Amino acid sequence: MKLDSKIPEGHISKKWTDYKDHLKLVAPNNRPKIDIIVVGTGLAGASAAASLGEMGYNVKAFCYQDSPRRAHSIAAQGGINAAKNYQNDGDSVFRLFYDTIKGGDYRAREANVHRLAEVSSNIIDQCVAQGVPFAREYGGLLDNRSFGGTQVQRTFYAAGQTGQQLLLGAYSALSRQIGLGRVKMFNRHEMLDLVKVDGKARGIIARNLITGELERHSAHAVIIATGGYGNVYFLSTNAMGSNVTAGWKIHKQGALFANPCFVQIHPTCIPVHGTNQAKLTLMSESLRNSGRIWVPKKKEDAAAIREGKLKPTQIAEEDRDYYLERKYPSFGNLAPRDISSRAAKEVCDAGHGIESNDTNEGVYLDFSSEIQNKGKQSAYAKGNHNPTQEEITKLGKQWLEEKYGNLFAMYQKITDENPYETPMKIYPAVHYTMGGVWVDYNLQSTIPGCFVAGEANFSDHGANRLGASALMQGLADGYFVLPYTVSNYLADEIRTGKISTETQEFIDAENNVKNTIDRFLNNNGTKSVDHFHKRLGLIMWNKVGMGRNEAGLKQAIEEIAALKEEFYKEVRVPGSSDELNPELEKALRVADFIDLGQLMAMDALQRKESCGGHFREEYQDAEGETLRDDENFSFVSAWQYNGNDITKEELHKEELKYEFIKIAARNYK
Amino acid sequence: MSSAKNININLKIWRQKNAKAKGSMETYKLNNVSTASSFLEMLDQLNEQLINEKKEPVAFDHDCREGICGMCSLYINGRAHGPDTGTTTCQLHMRKFNDGDTIFIEPWRSKAFPVVKDLVVDRSAFDRIQQAGGFVSVNTSGRTIDANAIPIPKEDADKAFMAAACIGCGACVASCKNGSAMLFVGAKVSQYALLPQGKVEATQRVLNMVRQMDEEGFGNCTNTGACEVECPKGISLENIARMNREYLKASLK
Repeated sequence: MKLDSKIPEGHISKKWTDYKDHLKLVAPNNRPKIDIIVVGTGLAGASAAASLGEMGYNVKAFCYQDSPRRAHSIAAQGGINAAKNYQNDGDSVFRLFYDTIKGGDYRAREANVHRLAEVSSNIIDQCVAQGVPFAREYGGLLDNRSFGGTQVQRTFYAAGQTGQQLLLGAYSALSRQIGLGRVKMFNRHEMLDLVKVDGKARGIIARNLITGELERHSAHAVIIATGGYGNVYFLSTNAMGSNVTAGWKIHKQGALFANPCFVQIHPTCIPVHGTNQAKLTLMSESLRNSGRIWVPKKKEDAAAIREGKLKPTQIAEEDRDYYLERKYPSFGNLAPRDISSRAAKEVCDAGHGIESNDTNEGVYLDFSSEIQNKGKQSAYAKGNHNPTQEEITKLGKQWLEEKYGNLFAMYQKITDENPYETPMKIYPAVHYTMGGVWVDYNLQSTIPGCFVAGEANFSDHGANRLGASALMQGLADGYFVLPYTVSNYLADEIRTGKISTETQEFIDAENNVKNTIDRFLNNNGTKSVDHFHKRLGLIMWNKVGMGRNEAGLKQAIEEIAALKEEFYKEVRVPGSSDELNPELEKALRVADFIDLGQLMAMDALQRKESCGGHFREEYQDAEGETLRDDENFSFVSAWQYNGNDITKEELHKEELKYEFIKIAARNYK
Repeated sequence: MSSAKNININLKIWRQKNAKAKGSMETYKLNNVSTASSFLEMLDQLNEQLINEKKEPVAFDHDCREGICGMCSLYINGRAHGPDTGTTTCQLHMRKFNDGDTIFIEPWRSKAFPVVKDLVVDRSAFDRIQQAGGFVSVNTSGRTIDANAIPIPKEDADKAFMAAACIGCGACVASCKNGSAMLFVGAKVSQYALLPQGKVEATQRVLNMVRQMDEEGFGNCTNTGACEVECPKGISLENIARMNREYLKASLK
């Protein structure tokens, strides 16, 4: 198979405009003859479904939740990037493009990333027009803040609920189209297979999660916007229902899966509390604007803290190691996520962790300096040029509350500790997956008519995503890319007519799904789905997590193979197929996670270099930083399914060419 | 966390096979629940126990477990989202309970939110209200005016945001003796009423959303204020007052 990325010719700044000008169109009177399926209603899916509905296509949208508004984009906290340069601090489309490529450690496609930077400004305009209440300054204009891996303020935000506000914006656009009858919404439906006819994507099999009924839906194009696969680790910041099933089903039907080993482990999450934990909670990266990260310099201090004999506030300034500020002075606490996470692991592995759990894994995120700084500033702004210490502290806390109030409240609920008084405890956790279904410049997978958008595809973030760029990509794909590229594909479908769901392809696909479901329900094993999911998660976290090596990856591949065998023999799925059955839903998802987990280990094993979030312990420089091998690994790995034995998957390579950015070692020092 | 301990609890949970079946409260005993666990992790633990005993696990809605998606619900000891204030069920922790406690867990009870199974209810009425008018009619174009072209006073933007922070969980409806959805609808109407972008369609929006709200079978507001007390996101009653003003203005046009 030859991979054609379909990147247009021309200068990077002209590619998208020129390309768009020459794409084929579908006339307004032809659009109602064409059906489009959109799976997933997060930022990418909701914005795509709304935009395509507005254009006049017949859209069917699917989500597994009880409402499209619940998709996990809603949980994104910190913000969305755009190259507006409202702050006059030197931002531009090129800089956003450059920061994103560099942040991704030179493993993303130039042309896709430039397009993303180009449309970033339109996204903010569009969202404001929809009534998204972004944070504003006193003059009435939009406020910005900084995020990791950048030296400008280009992040737009709505307190710590930016994802919520953007998703509700996209949901409002989607709701309008549902009300107008242009989009038909299927809540509590899960896609369980793709149907291909003559090699093209022609529909899906979906399960109505309330009645259990299997439904056939046909379309002229299918868009997969089902998010990332972080739940392969069981514990992650993803929603409980987030899954890879739609992406994996199209992979089994011929869509290549790209860079599966590129996973983002986010540095600031609340540490694990115990074995019954079901999910991890993120504390937004925006907090690193105001918080300083440290651990005790002395191991005995760390031990005393863990035993409850010392409090963090009792550790003297000179006995604290602000390790990010020490190692990366020019970016400090705003070093990129992959680097910050590894640094936390390093200090904890060296015995300085402060959390009293099984692993001692935790570091401090401390706001006391910021309380003093902002308290003084606030006092001055109020005309008080000689504030007392008490006034400063009070005003500083008020400032923090206004900026991050909901995050601080959430932290307190979960941990029972007050972060205004004592530093937050944080530790890295699985958060985002840069890998995903391989797509070309049109966001089309290797299956004609099957497009993949948002976190579900692999295209824009290379080996590490910068903060506030996921929201940007989701909306860019859905609002400003797919409407053009999907129409270009559909221009050849105006004479096709309605696609029947009575053909053998649909019948076979439905039967396959039915057989899989029956097999689980009749299995009569002894262990729950979660039992297997947790074991898979442990293998992944320990061997395909923040640090990876050849021996561990080889073990992981074997252990997952054994787990897969046991899973199919021993899993117990209660209930029946014709009712709401959450255990059955989980079983179907975990089956796909097991396969994917193995492929992730294989991908990590073949990539004999370190880059971004992929840290192979064998490949590091003298200071412990990632050591890329551009000569041999400047490619996208794209895997082709080859039957039930995942170890038989075939690797294809898409070479990455850097024509407009000079490739260099990533330096944040 | 270091202060965590294990407790044993009794659970009385509403079980109902499906929308048509008759439900009843069932009793379960659950031991060794860590007080650092979230309420839903406690239910996970119960379900693991039930599966191991070859019994049917309890169905309940949940997804993000960060208090933002609005999917979790539950009436716990007679209160929406349980005893803690400003909290969704997924952010409620077992440290709020004591060893030996009996905890009652029921679904949202409201005519407009029929039970689907066990603790799961159907809240699609909220979606239909939103579809009736909860939007600004602006198409995707990338050619709208610059985002900074219209300055918006910070106070208005902040108020609009506070209204828009509603997560659509339905606790307001479940807590209201009339089963009213006025807080939910009022929050959405307010968000747009406070922003210049929402002014153009203000008249039609409030009329359409209120009409749909009534059609869905939600009750009327009698100013009890239970909704505001139980709202996990602190959505203010002010929003109902604002909606009433908007409605009156629109009706007089």
